[in-house]
Amino acid sequence: METRSSSGLDQFCSLLVERPGLTLLDLAGANQSTMGFLTNLGHRVYSDDILLQMDRCFGDGNFYENQSDAQKVAQFLDSALDYPAQHFDGALVWDSLEFLTGPLLETVVGRLSNMLRPGSYMLALFHAEERAETIPTYSYRIQDRKTITLAPRGRRRPAQFFNNRSLEKLFHDFESVKFFLTRDHLREVIVRR
Amino acid sequence: MSSVPNRPTESFDATRAGNAVLGKSVVVKGQVLSREDLTIDGEVEGTIEMQEHRLTIGQNGKVRASVKAREVIVMGTLHGNVETGDRIDIRKEAKLVGDIRTARIVIEDGAYFKGNVDIVRAEVPKPAAVASAPKPANPPPANSPVSAGPAMAAGVGEIKR
Repeated sequence: METRSSSGLDQFCSLLVERPGLTLLDLAGANQSTMGFLTNLGHRVYSDDILLQMDRCFGDGNFYENQSDAQKVAQFLDSALDYPAQHFDGALVWDSLEFLTGPLLETVVGRLSNMLRPGSYMLALFHAEERAETIPTYSYRIQDRKTITLAPRGRRRPAQFFNNRSLEKLFHDFESVKFFLTRDHLREVIVRR
Repeated sequence: MSSVPNRPTESFDATRAGNAVLGKSVVVKGQVLSREDLTIDGEVEGTIEMQEHRLTIGQNGKVRASVKAREVIVMGTLHGNVETGDRIDIRKEAKLVGDIRTARIVIEDGAYFKGNVDIVRAEVPKPAAVASAPKPANPPPANSPVSAGPAMAAGVGEIKR
């Protein structure tokens, strides 16, 4: 496992240290490191593995073609993103949005926006290397407020690549979008609901 | 072995002092109350209450129940909310879907968990009453060496509306 420093996480954590007792969503899959970090700060954590949910719903056959199958999409949304409105004070979606095709991606971002309370933050990561056919996927784990541990989960073909303009368009419902372009071709994006 | 639904099922094997076992072929539907540690390797549907004792769901165990126990170790499958006075330990290859209220949680790599974790802090004794510092309510985050970060922020941009 490798580690990397993360300005986006640092920004996200600034919210966490200001206000205890928040309800947070982590879609990286439950792990000891993140769970320990967030609960030690006094927050409640809702955990799920959204990549695993994607694989369960769309993995049988063509992963991206299946994302236009209404029944599979409904199953995915029900199993992975069925939360009450304004339920969370923060969300960690990591790089999961890169593996969703256009219409479903918009639906998912809309759901995330709906699940978050006004003023809350969401952290998302996007690879910025447009020539890459596949990109590494990880289970992202918080080590401390500025450091992420990356547990490898193989490589995947992303649905599309994002630049600042397309990210701004994607998160147009959010109050603000902040980018951190890192030296290893990763865009860390903090959006404020 | 199968119990009558909605009727408490207490000690399953009196000969095993301190640890009752529900074997692979056992199916229980209803309310399970235990006054000793219990290992489930079969199937249980209903509720499980054993607030002073440890529940272990073995690798073959399939439990669909709300659980109240002092300590819970999950190695198999558990669907339901869990409340522990001490800790829950979700082992590798375990599957847990439900909300957890606990003082401490341990999640091994490879475990699947979907649900909410609410850490209930134990009351810290007054300093005069304790000989040594109290243990933290949570285990510390997993440690791994921090390598030199190649990923320092190289640029930043913000759009406010």
